Amino acid sequence: MSGVETALLAATAETGTGARRRRWLRRYGLAALGGAVIALWAIAAILAPWLAPYPPDVVNVAGRLLPPSDLHWLGTDVLGRDVFTRVLYGARTSLAVGFIVVLLGGLFGTLLGAVAAYMRGWAEEALMRATDLVFCFPPIILAMAIAAALGIGTRNTVIAMLVVWWPKFARLARSLVIGQRSAEYVAAAQAIGFGPAHILFRQIIPNAVGPLVVLVTLDLGNAILVFAGLSFLGLGVVPPTPEWGSMVSEGRELVNQWWVATFPGLAILTVVIGFNFVGDGIRDWLDPHARRR
Amino acid sequence: MLRYLVSRLVVAALMVLLATLVIFLIANMVPGDPVLTQLGDIAANNPDMVAAFRHKWGLDLPLWDRYWIFLVGLFHGDLGISIGSQRPVLEDIAQYAPATVELSTVAFLLALIVGLPLGVVAAMKRDTWIDHLARSVSLVGVSAPTFWLAFVMLAVFYGALEWAPGPGQISASTFPPPTVTGIMLIDAPLAGDWDTFWDAASHLILPSIVLAASTLGLITRTTRAAMLEALSQDYIRVARAKGLVRRAIMLGHALPNALLPVVTLGGLAYAQLLTGTVLTESIFSWPGLGRYTFQSAVRLDFPAIMGITLVVAAIYVLVNLLVDLSYAALDPRVSRR
Repeated sequence: MSGVETALLAATAETGTGARRRRWLRRYGLAALGGAVIALWAIAAILAPWLAPYPPDVVNVAGRLLPPSDLHWLGTDVLGRDVFTRVLYGARTSLAVGFIVVLLGGLFGTLLGAVAAYMRGWAEEALMRATDLVFCFPPIILAMAIAAALGIGTRNTVIAMLVVWWPKFARLARSLVIGQRSAEYVAAAQAIGFGPAHILFRQIIPNAVGPLVVLVTLDLGNAILVFAGLSFLGLGVVPPTPEWGSMVSEGRELVNQWWVATFPGLAILTVVIGFNFVGDGIRDWLDPHARRR
Repeated sequence: MLRYLVSRLVVAALMVLLATLVIFLIANMVPGDPVLTQLGDIAANNPDMVAAFRHKWGLDLPLWDRYWIFLVGLFHGDLGISIGSQRPVLEDIAQYAPATVELSTVAFLLALIVGLPLGVVAAMKRDTWIDHLARSVSLVGVSAPTFWLAFVMLAVFYGALEWAPGPGQISASTFPPPTVTGIMLIDAPLAGDWDTFWDAASHLILPSIVLAASTLGLITRTTRAAMLEALSQDYIRVARAKGLVRRAIMLGHALPNALLPVVTLGGLAYAQLLTGTVLTESIFSWPGLGRYTFQSAVRLDFPAIMGITLVVAAIYVLVNLLVDLSYAALDPRVSRR
């Protein structure tokens, strides 16, 4: 029996609210879980000053490297700062940087790719060669060179990431617009007399927005990973700003005081998995063909 | 075919040159100044010493003259002198590249040997425990930060269990074999030194697992999706209808069709491994190009950065070319054209 037949049988056999709930859970359970994880981190980021039991930057040498306990749930670091507090505050930097890089890079890349594809000709060609060029470098190397040259700081690192971030959105937007530009509704809009800007932004892009949303969601985790990596190398935030990548870096030699590096790393892992679940869920929802898989 | 190959190679060379131009412009238009990172505070406040430093490294020449000098040197096989190490960049790269090739090739093979069968089996036994295992492995592989994974592996297998040796390419007490290729796993057996071979191999275990993690995740995920896609096609139903055994259907019909996307991904993944060792190398004190890249970027060592860019861009462009060529071998529809 093929997969389709099984699914059809299952679909006809499973009726009633209980079965429907099971089906929904099977399909979107992971996406819901991912969404919940991200919501929790977002709450942690916004409410950090009220949720955190200690101030994030106050040094307490007497209480350094304490293991996890009732007083310090996740222990303390080399300078006696509460790891739980700093993990909560770290969510602010990571989430903010992730959203800024992906939304700005995505917006810029999408506009560029969409306009170039709609104009065709030399503009399209030039854009594609430019994206080829940026694809020649692994993002972390180019971002590293730029971040090092601009000087260390969150803002400069974000700029460096933006330089390497837009091309994938430009590529995707271009291929989506190419897929739409010969559609009948475009010809109809032209016949009615709408201008090119109206057709592109009010007709084509809304029709092509689905895959872009999927890429944005999956990419948020990616951006958080790259930023944490740059911070780990000392090219991200300026100390003592609490940030997950630099916290892992501070604890990298402390194999016996494992809590210093382990918990900020777990924070990154859960956020990235959360964005992956949500992105996969949105893709399944938009693409019924892939849904069966 | 030959004409196609030549034209692709010419385009590839032009892309590599353009890439060096881009890096050159970025490196020179940003406000960072190598004078400040190289000279000490006292020297940087002395205008004569700053001027001498700029003159020595050609930083007082106009922008285009400097790029021209780089190009002329390039065609003479000369990448200039690294400001950081005071040695020819080409020598630096030749010294550090083998360690990186060794590490990333082992990691790539590891990802392939584990990821490919795992993806195939996961697709064949969908929604069983092995499928869930494969999906969990690939999810954690692509989501875990490399530097954190490295810390956890070192803490558990080196610090706590002492199953694996610590950072470095060989133990401090082991003499490196005479350099032939620069790759320990090849040079040691060539010298007949099997103790060194096993020492080097054991030092490779942790860094190659860490480096392989995200590639392993990608390969497993892509293989599984491509197999499921292939299994839903009509020719599989035909094969089943004519009574072929399951094994023949899977390995003879579905797998060859599923391999195409995996090859594309595999090629790019290998290029990414070769150029993406910065974090892994700096944690495992691995004497490779990744660590050299990081040091050069932090010091604003322009000649070194240009040389690395050239190598990295060349690897990417060549791998892309090889991937396209391998299509012809794998897909009869492409080669017939």
